[in-house]
Amino acid sequence: MENKIKKVDLIFEQVDYLEILDRSFKRTQDEIILDIIDSGLRGRGGAGFPTGLKWKFAKNEEADQKYVICNADEGEPGTFKDREILTQVPEKVLGGMALCGKSTGATRGYIYLRGEYNFLLPQLNAAIDKFHEDLKNMNFDFTIEIKSGSGAYVCGEETALMESMEGKRGEPRNKPPFPTTSGYLGKPTSINNVETLVFALMIAKEGPTKFKEMGTFDSRGSKVFSVSGDTPKAGIYELELGMSLEDFVNEFGDGDTKAVQIGGASGFCVARKHFKETVIGFEGIPTGGSMMLFNSTRSMFNILNDYLEFFEEESCGQCTPCRVGCQQLLKGIEAVKKGIRPPSYLDELQKLSDTMRLASKCGLGQSAPNPFNSIINNFREEIIY
Amino acid sequence: MTNIEELVKQQAELHGTTRESLMPILQAVIRSERFLSEDAMVAIARELDISTADVFGTASFYTFMDTTPKGKNIIRVCKTITCHMKGKDAVIGALEDLLKIKLGQNTSDGKFSLLQANCLGWCHKGPVMLINDEVHPEVTPESAVEVIQGYLKQK
Repeated sequence: MENKIKKVDLIFEQVDYLEILDRSFKRTQDEIILDIIDSGLRGRGGAGFPTGLKWKFAKNEEADQKYVICNADEGEPGTFKDREILTQVPEKVLGGMALCGKSTGATRGYIYLRGEYNFLLPQLNAAIDKFHEDLKNMNFDFTIEIKSGSGAYVCGEETALMESMEGKRGEPRNKPPFPTTSGYLGKPTSINNVETLVFALMIAKEGPTKFKEMGTFDSRGSKVFSVSGDTPKAGIYELELGMSLEDFVNEFGDGDTKAVQIGGASGFCVARKHFKETVIGFEGIPTGGSMMLFNSTRSMFNILNDYLEFFEEESCGQCTPCRVGCQQLLKGIEAVKKGIRPPSYLDELQKLSDTMRLASKCGLGQSAPNPFNSIINNFREEIIY
Repeated sequence: MTNIEELVKQQAELHGTTRESLMPILQAVIRSERFLSEDAMVAIARELDISTADVFGTASFYTFMDTTPKGKNIIRVCKTITCHMKGKDAVIGALEDLLKIKLGQNTSDGKFSLLQANCLGWCHKGPVMLINDEVHPEVTPESAVEVIQGYLKQK
């Protein structure tokens, strides 16, 4: 059988990042940004905003100070790739930040590192010290500092992250204005996922063509996947985008895969009967990298219950649809399971989840309905009986 | 000046007294004391010239900023989905038996707190537990007990 899973090695490849930066610093901002736009790179944190455009918006702003932020608040259940990238190739992340600084005109960068990864601090700070030395030798004015989180999933949302950096509760802001206009301390800020920054550096090294040729029209390039759950091959894999879920499960499943949760707790659950037609990518089901496999021994009620407990605890409580919605979805499935409510109550809950999707302020409340609806639609009987 | 006031003052000198310094100062107090006492929050509010309610409001937002007394070592076992599937309940049960406390409690000698946490980012190597900042992936009930016994021997 032809192996349809294509492994790639861009992220973890050892490169001379100073040579890449040296070459890039001699180019104009527009040249660098055009390459990123041309490559088709989209944000690797999950939302998938075109990276080049983000940088262009930040570059076009007039301000006395601009910032670059590396979002290392990797809190999505099932995602652990950013930790691995920061452990193995921290200098490439820093290089990507400097590249973004050069392109947008920012001289200060921050890494927002989740508190759960505090053990990375000594080695990251050592890498930053060395990086500052190297940049000084290249006469390039850019400094990087780490800001730590303290255990709040919602701080992965870009504006909540900035609130947290400013010393406040990590509650998401209204958008617009977007961070490229008014971000950290009200200044134009380009905030990017760890992996995105490394890809940007690699595009600066190789040119846009190599990246563009991989993947599909909507999902260019490759992506680092975090594979966990019922699989003999749990771990981290960089794969070309655009594969079907069936091919993925053939490679990583344990032969008895009944469902795959794509995109973490806030993603979608796909049942076995849909593996063939499901594409992993922005034209199908996008993911920040999280792929959780479940085999037939698992109760989908327990899985959904875990997800909803997670959202109920992590909702920041600022807006009502999310605060109350997450609570009621959790209470609701428990009541149906116990027979306190009739099975038709699930339909009521699905209407509530539609409201959450429409009315919640940020991605948390808008996406908590994803696992709910996809699990109810595919495994309704397991929730009721 | 009490110890805690001194610590806060020293941290304010290190990080500055603007609002952005609040998180690093809170985190430094947590590192040293494991929780934020009322005295600590009042001292921080005074240093940064903001209201104590603001300090409490910010601190109480973050899971890792406890405002009730905690043990010298905080054990956090990941409870999210894959760690649940891979047996975190058995790990917690073994630790409860060893420390003779229930989840959420502190040992009477003040050495340990046993807590659960949401996803710690080690889903491929679950179950995982954090002790303070130190991470222990792929623990079994037996290996978790061994790790804690190591801590017990230390002091």
